[in-house]
Amino acid sequence: MENNWTQEVRKRKLIEKIFLGTVLSGTLIAIVPLVLVLGYVFIKGFSALDFNFFTQLPAPVGEPGGGMGNAIVGTFIIVGLSCLVGLPIGIFGGIWLALYGQGKRGFFIRYAADVLSSIPSIVIGIFAYVLLVATLKHFSALAGGFALGVIMIPTVTRTTEELVKMVPRTLYEAGLALGIPEWKVILKIVFRTAWAGIFTGIMLSVARIMGETAPLLFTAFNSMYWNFRIDEPMASMTVQIYNYAISPFADWNAKAWAGSLTLVMIVLGITIVVRKFSRRVSYG
Amino acid sequence: MDRVIEKVKKEEKMVIERSKMSVENLSAWFGDKQALFNINIELFENKVTAIIGPSGCGKSTFIRNLNRLHETISGAKVSGKVYLDGRDIFDHNCCDVVTLRRRVGMVFQKPTPFPTMTIYENVAAGIKLYGKKPKGKLDQIVEQILKQAALWDEVKDVLYKPGPSLSGGQQQRLCIARALAIEPEVILLDEPCSALDPISTAKIEELIHKLKQNYTIIIVTHNMQQAARVADYTAFFLLGEMIEFEVTSKIFTAPQDKRTEDYVTGRFG
Ligand SMILES: Nc1ncnc2c1ncn2[C@@H]1O[C@H](COP(=O)(O)OP(=O)(O)OP(=O)(O)O)[C@@H](O)[C@H]1O
Ligand SMILES: [Mg+2]
Repeated sequence: MENNWTQEVRKRKLIEKIFLGTVLSGTLIAIVPLVLVLGYVFIKGFSALDFNFFTQLPAPVGEPGGGMGNAIVGTFIIVGLSCLVGLPIGIFGGIWLALYGQGKRGFFIRYAADVLSSIPSIVIGIFAYVLLVATLKHFSALAGGFALGVIMIPTVTRTTEELVKMVPRTLYEAGLALGIPEWKVILKIVFRTAWAGIFTGIMLSVARIMGETAPLLFTAFNSMYWNFRIDEPMASMTVQIYNYAISPFADWNAKAWAGSLTLVMIVLGITIVVRKFSRRVSYG
Repeated sequence: MDRVIEKVKKEEKMVIERSKMSVENLSAWFGDKQALFNINIELFENKVTAIIGPSGCGKSTFIRNLNRLHETISGAKVSGKVYLDGRDIFDHNCCDVVTLRRRVGMVFQKPTPFPTMTIYENVAAGIKLYGKKPKGKLDQIVEQILKQAALWDEVKDVLYKPGPSLSGGQQQRLCIARALAIEPEVILLDEPCSALDPISTAKIEELIHKLKQNYTIIIVTHNMQQAARVADYTAFFLLGEMIEFEVTSKIFTAPQDKRTEDYVTGRFG
């Protein structure tokens, strides 16, 4: 009897250990690629990184030096443009869905947003190409910003909807009870309360579209020069990395690594800052 | 002023009372579920009217109709008439809902300070977000209102801290201050003390006594001692119907209806 019991316990402990081991190794296997990718990008990229990389234009083939200054600025301009497209539609759409989207129309819009978010980004790039490049007859930063903006819409919409829904209805009613017009209650009280969380979602979405290459290839295209005009082709980090990486020149390959490291750092920076910030979000 | 009703109170020396709001055949629904049945009541100016009754009998639904918050719930319906100074509040031709809510303020059961606003901004919210320029300097208005709500001494050094950083009782007085800031004529209080300790409750009751001189007050309460202490008139609700409406002392000492008597003597249920 006694013996049986200790055996039972021993067996149970063994199963527990095996289970824990499996979970742990699964986690480790999942982390390994992340560490490898980050480590590899860091090692390869760091050596090619210098101050000029951030400030100078790309150097012609064979010439040493040069940098990605224009592409870094270009990425920020294009992302800025995509925010102009994606944020108003996403935010107002999300507010609408949260407050008035219970019916059939709401269901349809929610469904459309989900479908849109599952469309490959290259297809959205083609859409922007047909709409803004083919018709205007040249590549432009605007077309690139538009493509990325469309990619942002569904995530921003759904984030906004979820967070606006989390604001207690009592706050909405308290606002109305003060004789504040409904649209002001929605913007200045309900949306304002949800804003910290929505901002987190927006920044994560921005970090994601920063890494998009495909939709930019045939919209913003690329440029070897400083360009601040949004109706002209514009360089971006991702497209520049792509061009450098597939080139046969060792110097350019190294620059691709440096560009990758820069991009990863920016995106990682945004994600970490935002996650830290978002922990302080709470509702009254 | 065709709907001004004069009523002579028997206990006191001939006092003329003016009806501020009068409710006729008010019924209300949530979807198919009827929550109020043909309510008729007069709410007298510069008086406190208490609404008592067991949980779920429609007290909140009733006062939420007086500022038309009930209709904002999807599927909610209402029929009947509510007059404010003789004008039907449901009549789209004469009364718009934003103006109505500025004349009929409300304080909810749970304190609802706006979490993203400071104490100061909470008090000023109704003034600032309405869009009209305030009559005086905002700082002075806020100070004066907070004094009126008996909160000034406790918050004068933390005016720029977030509203929710106050204690529950302070938050509730902040919400009262916020409601007073829009200078309403009628104040609806939905169980304003239910989450408060006896000291905070006493402060709010004292406040109600003071406010009565300038406002018409309707207070929902579960606490019969409170109704007896603060109210001039009391209405007893049961299962969505108004059973009895009388001078408070009569409701508690000589109720006409057996059900009222059972409730106020605690024999209910
Ligand atoms: N949003 C709602 N949807 C559907 N039914 C509701 C809703 N709010 C209230 N009711 C119903 O309406 C009836 C009256 O509710 P009400 O909140 O007015 O009661 P009350 O007298 O204020 O109760 P309490 O004292 O508990 O606050 C109840 O039967 C309740 O279930
Ligand atoms: Mg209630």
